[in-house]
Amino acid sequence: MEPSAGSIAECVIGDGDKAITVGGEKTLPFHVFEGDMGNAPRIAFEVLDSAPEEWPEPLVKHYSDVFNDPAAWAQKCVKEFNAKAICLSLVSTDPNGANVSSADAAKVAQKVVEAVDVPIILWGCGNADKDTETLREVTGLVGTRKVALGPLTDANYRTLGATAMAFQYPVVASTPIDVNLAKQLNILLENLGVSLDHILMDPSIGAVGYGLEYTYSVMERIRLAALTQNDDKLSVPFIVNLGREVWKAKETKQPSDGMIGDQERRGVLMEAVTASSLLFAGGELMIMRHPKAVSMTEALIEGLM
Amino acid sequence: MALTGIEILKMLPKKNCGECDVPTCLAFAMKVAAGQEDIGACPYVSDEVKEKVGEASAPPIRTITLGSGDNKFEMGGETCLYRHEKRFEHPTGIAVLVTTDMSDEDVDGRMDRFNSLRYDRVGLELKADLIAIKDNGDQSAFTALIEKAREKCPDAALILMSESADSLKAGAEACGDHKPLLYAADSGNYSDMAAVAKDTGCPLTVKGSNIGEAADTADKLISEGLKDLVIDTGARTAKAVLEDNIVCRRASVKHKYKPLGFPTITFPCEMTDDPLMESLVASMLICKYAGIVVLSDLQGDTLFPLLLERLNIFTDPQRPMVVQEDIYPINGPDENSPVLVTCNFSLTYFIVSGEIEGSKIPSWLLIKDTEGLSVLTAWAAGKFSADLIAMFVKKSGIEDKVKHRCLIIPGYLASIKGELEEELPDWTIQIGPREASHLPPFLKSWKPE
Ligand code: B12
Ligand code: SF4
Repeated sequence: MEPSAGSIAECVIGDGDKAITVGGEKTLPFHVFEGDMGNAPRIAFEVLDSAPEEWPEPLVKHYSDVFNDPAAWAQKCVKEFNAKAICLSLVSTDPNGANVSSADAAKVAQKVVEAVDVPIILWGCGNADKDTETLREVTGLVGTRKVALGPLTDANYRTLGATAMAFQYPVVASTPIDVNLAKQLNILLENLGVSLDHILMDPSIGAVGYGLEYTYSVMERIRLAALTQNDDKLSVPFIVNLGREVWKAKETKQPSDGMIGDQERRGVLMEAVTASSLLFAGGELMIMRHPKAVSMTEALIEGLM
Repeated sequence: MALTGIEILKMLPKKNCGECDVPTCLAFAMKVAAGQEDIGACPYVSDEVKEKVGEASAPPIRTITLGSGDNKFEMGGETCLYRHEKRFEHPTGIAVLVTTDMSDEDVDGRMDRFNSLRYDRVGLELKADLIAIKDNGDQSAFTALIEKAREKCPDAALILMSESADSLKAGAEACGDHKPLLYAADSGNYSDMAAVAKDTGCPLTVKGSNIGEAADTADKLISEGLKDLVIDTGARTAKAVLEDNIVCRRASVKHKYKPLGFPTITFPCEMTDDPLMESLVASMLICKYAGIVVLSDLQGDTLFPLLLERLNIFTDPQRPMVVQEDIYPINGPDENSPVLVTCNFSLTYFIVSGEIEGSKIPSWLLIKDTEGLSVLTAWAAGKFSADLIAMFVKKSGIEDKVKHRCLIIPGYLASIKGELEEELPDWTIQIGPREASHLPPFLKSWKPE
């Protein structure tokens, strides 16, 4: 038995009886034999706000019927795949891509939020200014629903942090694989008035075979600092946006062959193995794509709790 | 407990003769204490001192070696709980199970795939390591299966699994000098099994019905003089095996508890009937301390992701994998071939060069030293900026190799195009695709501007 000094904050996402709570650990991931693991890690299905162009066949076959209707897509995840949460990726707004206006993207987001009652994470395109614009626009439309907003970076945490506080939304704090940067952004948010139990940390993700080890060790170090050194500025649950990293890897796109096997099973395992590794590094809210990878990861979690 | 340099110095003859290739005894003692020199390098120390120092500096989890000659498999030797503290030493061994009950077809399939499922990545060969051979009560069939494995899969390390000490002995003898792992001694048969391990010089697995019983039996075997053990705590659920692996690692690394100071062998193949779930359990065990995972089968789609994960987790965090700064000719380029530039992170290099090779288009690939950082990371760290790339292009000598002046840069660096054009006024900068997988069509339609 190794006593832990600290504990991880609990963060509530969503509202009503469909709300989910992540975090709350007083021990290392799945060390249930020596401490309280708090809430079981959860998985959110990723939905895109516009039809993806480069998804490989094993994903396309499950979602192509709803590609052009994000609200129906989210409903399908909930009804058919029993999704406990949805992450809506506002990829269409990327100024280097389709550059859809914030107002139009916000309307689509509103429809998705209204179409399902599970918790929703709204994930911007990664451009700090555009995300500020779009996410503020969305909050005007969905004010009463407790969505989570992300990613907040050192470039836009002030504006988005203020918006989130006004509505008591949880936020995703994103930093590039670095313990100190993660801590610093949490401190900045706290100074702004966002309480630590409204923050989910995104450490930046590398998929299996594509930098997984860097994310793994940074998460492990953050979690050890929180639990054993009682560093409360790092005592925040992790959100792990892994599906998009896994499914852009070349090996998820190569057709079935004798060497690397069946394309769908291979992709499913690359996603599930990435999820499993990062669960042992401390992941609490995992964002994933393939329904089979999700159900396997849920089965693993259930078996360990 | 590790000895300090001063403690080691007291045991040296203090001749300061330098025959150990270190100028003084003190400097030598310091290096031994830091694990950088072997005590045996001083010709004047007694065997007693060698043993004392060797014991004190041995890793808390014993290193176990199987196989022979060039086909050795090592496990254990671990010194930390988390990879960032130092590094994980020996990648979890991946084993496939064959039994005397299986049809020839099933056995042959597994052995064939053991041989064929091998992957090149970042200049390394990724593959499974071991074959576990299980005796279901027929000694001659067991020996025959072992001989078959030796013949068909000469580089596989073997795990011999039998309840009969006689069968294990015969099996170990059939392996000759190719040392297998014996499986297993339990609280009932450990004396007989210890005798076989002693006679054959093979490492022996200790199997308990729980972790406490495994430790008890290991303790008895240690007092019988056995040194090379492997632990099976008997856990056959994901939850139980995770707990046991964590307890074993922590007890030995943090508390120097000897009876559990050995690598573990685990059996995902006995924890679920679903091959995908089996792989997922194995992925947990690769992160969480297994010496060996035994799988029911090897298939590309279930094995390959595990090999990738293992490569990642067991990479040395202190040493990024790099390739040398240079001009790399791919597919026999000439003075009209395209020129591309990227960083020297080995993962990036192997992905990009692999795509260029696959395109069959003769090309020049310029690799700039970015201290092992990927394209965007290097750019963000200021090691792949326009001025540095320009300086490198000029001094690389590529201007003597091609007639045109077109440089293809990674799509993710599109934003530095203008700056680079200023730094390289003779050159036209072309923005390549973001993902290397889009390089083949890009190169096929490429023309100098
Ligand atoms: C792992 C990682 C790290 C690791 C380093 C890993 C390494 N060896 O480089 C660590 C933890 C050390 C790290 C550190 C930092 N990182 Co970092 N890191 C990542 C991460 C997760 C993956 C990078 C990776 O390995 N990619 C895989 C390789 C193979 O990709 P690649 O080299 O780009 O190659 C691909 C393409 O570019 C293309 N390609 C490559 N070459 C060529 C050539 C041509 C001609 C063409 C056409 C195509 C092509 O093919 C490849 C495959 O498709 C990314 C985020 C992400 N998910 O991508 C962030 C990321 C790159 N990091 C980032 C940052 C900011 C940093 C830091 C500055 C943070 C900090 N302040 O400390 C530091 C900088 C390092 C330092 N100061 O020492 C940012 C960069 C932001 C930006 N857009 O500029 C990123 C994008 C994260 C983010 N979203 O913010 N990082
Ligand atoms: S060889 Fe031995 S005696 Fe000579 S300097 Fe080295 S440690 Fe000292």
